[in-house]
Amino acid sequence: MAIHSTPVTDAVPAAKTTPKSSSLFKQSMRRLLRNKLAIFGLAVVVIMFIACFLGPVFSPYADNKIHMNVMNKAPSMKHWLGTDALGRDVLTRVLQAGRISLTVGLASMFLSVFIGALLGAIAGYYRGIVDQIIMRIADLLLTIPGLPLLFIFGALLSEWKVPTNYRMYIVMLMLGLVNWPGLARMVRGQMLSLREREFMQAAVVLGLRDRRKLFNHLLPNIVPLLIVIATLNIGGSILSESVLSFFGLGVMPPTPTWGNMIDAANNLIDFQEHPWLWIPPGFSIFITVIAINIFGDGLRDVLDPKQKR
Amino acid sequence: MGTYLTKRIIYMIVILFAASFLIFSLYALTPGDFISSNIKLSPERKAELREIYGLSKPLLERYGIWMNNVFHGDFGFSLAQQQPVLKLFNQYIWNSFLLAVISTFLTWVIAVIIGVVSAYKQYSWFDTIVMVAIFAAMSIPSFFIGLFLIKILAVDLKWLPPGGMLTTGSNATGWAYIKEVIHHMTLPVIVMTLLGVGSLTRYFRSNMIDVIKQDYIRTARAKGLKEDKVLFRHALRNALLPAITLVGFELPALFGGSIIIEKIFNWPGIGQLYMQSFSLRDYPLLMGFTMLLAILTVIGTLLSDVLYHIADPRVRLH
Amino acid sequence: MKDLIKIDHLRTHFFSDKNVVKAVNDVSLRVREGETVCVVGESGCGKSVTAMSIMGLIEEPGGKVVGGSIEFDGRDLLKLSKNELRTIRGNDISMIFQEPMSSLNPVLKIGQQIMEPLIVHQKLSKKEARARAIELIEQVGISRAEQIADSYPHELSGGMLQRIMIAIAISCGPKLLIADEPTTALDVTIQAQILDMLREFKKKSNMSMMLITHDLGVVAEMADYVVVMYAGKVVEEGEVVKLFESPKHPYTQGLLKSKPIINQRQDELYSIPGQVPNPLDLTDSCYFHDRCAHCMDICRTKQPVLKGVADQQKAACWLYEEAVVHV
Repeated sequence: MAIHSTPVTDAVPAAKTTPKSSSLFKQSMRRLLRNKLAIFGLAVVVIMFIACFLGPVFSPYADNKIHMNVMNKAPSMKHWLGTDALGRDVLTRVLQAGRISLTVGLASMFLSVFIGALLGAIAGYYRGIVDQIIMRIADLLLTIPGLPLLFIFGALLSEWKVPTNYRMYIVMLMLGLVNWPGLARMVRGQMLSLREREFMQAAVVLGLRDRRKLFNHLLPNIVPLLIVIATLNIGGSILSESVLSFFGLGVMPPTPTWGNMIDAANNLIDFQEHPWLWIPPGFSIFITVIAINIFGDGLRDVLDPKQKR
Repeated sequence: MGTYLTKRIIYMIVILFAASFLIFSLYALTPGDFISSNIKLSPERKAELREIYGLSKPLLERYGIWMNNVFHGDFGFSLAQQQPVLKLFNQYIWNSFLLAVISTFLTWVIAVIIGVVSAYKQYSWFDTIVMVAIFAAMSIPSFFIGLFLIKILAVDLKWLPPGGMLTTGSNATGWAYIKEVIHHMTLPVIVMTLLGVGSLTRYFRSNMIDVIKQDYIRTARAKGLKEDKVLFRHALRNALLPAITLVGFELPALFGGSIIIEKIFNWPGIGQLYMQSFSLRDYPLLMGFTMLLAILTVIGTLLSDVLYHIADPRVRLH
Repeated sequence: MKDLIKIDHLRTHFFSDKNVVKAVNDVSLRVREGETVCVVGESGCGKSVTAMSIMGLIEEPGGKVVGGSIEFDGRDLLKLSKNELRTIRGNDISMIFQEPMSSLNPVLKIGQQIMEPLIVHQKLSKKEARARAIELIEQVGISRAEQIADSYPHELSGGMLQRIMIAIAISCGPKLLIADEPTTALDVTIQAQILDMLREFKKKSNMSMMLITHDLGVVAEMADYVVVMYAGKVVEEGEVVKLFESPKHPYTQGLLKSKPIINQRQDELYSIPGQVPNPLDLTDSCYFHDRCAHCMDICRTKQPVLKGVADQQKAACWLYEEAVVHV
């Protein structure tokens, strides 16, 4: 049986390298680098970011000027992905939209991870009444289906006449608020099991203060889990943003996002005759999200091997 | 088990109450309503109508009236459709159910088979392809893949109808009717299956991988059983066991319809009804729908728990 | 007595990213008809891997039998097709494991699990198999057999489950029974019962037994012949009484010394100094050299081979090599 061989092989490198504080991190990185698929995913994500944030700088069409003479032109050497109804270059628009979509994805991820981790950690650490209140709220929010909830928020934005250039920030806020309960649950579960572990008992025996226990001893232990969740969360947020914007309830034109660019498909003629208007942003979402998911999964294998897929 | 169940049910009811209040307040908070969005009405007529529908009363009172009606099995009256909400639900929900039940079935069958095979052949080229396909399926924006397939399969190749449940103006009956519905259903079912199959395959794959490493699988092999017996009788049963909890979680999806898919494919289901009512601000219907989903979610969670207790012989006795 | 199973120069390796672990490294041993051979050694010495190699259950990818032969009843098991080997497993060769609690499938009834090999190998009908299963449950000393057949593993104790495992193992009348630490996970009182039962079945059906253990008490009680393994190699083997009376290899001597003996209380229990070598950096040396009190220069540079050192006793140790001058 392999039982005899595997623990030994695993234990060897750990015993050989000196147990410096960074060695665990270095080890993880080394293992990550060996996972070719994950590295490929990371490379795609990085390229996507660079293209979206730097690409438009080199585009001659970045000013978004209206050119009535080149309306709805199919892809050509001059306009690689064609032009839209106002004669704007679609490739440039896709890259500019990517900036917004990626920013919204990242920002709402940070927000939901921050709220979720904080509330989950507090609930799991203090337990009792605090735990009860936080988790009941989380339960409640999980009961109400996410999409209708987002739709209501989106409708509120429209009714309140929020200026379009602010909507982007509010969409981030919305996605962050809808996503935290699941996260808080997971972090709380981790905290509860960590609390019972020996090193925590030791901290109790040493009489460390609550805040120190929480921040110095417990939180560092859930950081690997958080990194993994956070990574996978970006993909989910990008998808949610695109759905909302597609239905006209998220970020609205003229601010371009991948989701609201696909809105072109709601126009029958554009849908049938001008597929270059809506297919490229769709594929951009797909490629970005799949790359993030593959990378996130590789990270999980490295950082959090116990976690079930 | 008895007291546990009672506790769970009481908690469930409390959560539903809280959810109902939250849902009500959210919709009440949303400015604008069905009447004010109708530009044909004079201000006097609007005020009159508000009075009739009880929209001018304070929030809490309106909530009380709504809840009271809900308890009497009345989810309100759709302003846009001029029909009771429940009657509308009954009319549309079965169309949603048809799509959901078929695609859920396909999703499970495909996920179990592929999951088992790829777990058994872990690290093979087949497994690698499956893993990439799983990530792909999990990363597709649902509305985009719907549009994309309509464009290719319906618009360009004309193999399948682009949407709806029947051809416009069709009065087919009997077999012809069924054939027509199946024809229209194919594309949305493909898309829904595709969207669901990724995460479920991954779930079964990882469950199987865990199970295959267990001692009792070694015992089964040591007994000289055929590999298919080992896999499907000994391993799969154990891998399916935790999946039973998922059956409960499928409940909202089965009856709640899919807002996005039904909208894209113009399928006359409850999700599509929701989208229509949303643009009209038909609050009774919107609240009813959201409440329905909340109820289904809560019941589903409870069902999962109960099913798990029934299915696992280790838990059953205690 | 005829050889029932003869393992020659078996080598089973485990491959990870860059490393190769030679879990079984050139092991030869045999079990004759009606004989009980005990394979002794510390955990990780390759005794279980040897057993799994016989069963053809080394898990791929990762593990692989890379050399040698396992001759059973005149056929080389390593050359058989998967299907041929399968018809031998559970039928002519059966096996019981260390952890009875996890060795039975939690979601299948006990009766069903005993019936399976009967249906596969003996081609019994379901009804016949069930009747036979109930007989077997009675044979392993469990009353209320009908009721037990319809219960699930979690409803029985560890000792009962190990009896069930024995019932499964003997169901098809095997010629060889491999028992991998069958009593390690059980209470002491149960251990004796299980060992008695194994001995009784062995006597009744004249089957051979390969008993893997680290417990020298079990060896003394059960074995006809003993094989001592260390770091994937056989370091000593011999007839049980002789080996216990005059162990030759320093490792065997150490093992016997570390076993406490009643009425001879020592101030401190003996233990062999040092640790089992890391299987990854084995060099061309006697693997035991850094723990050996008699270590010589040659032990560090050259591996000793297994040679006859006394009547019915072999050891792999430079101490018994005539060419080497003793200090």
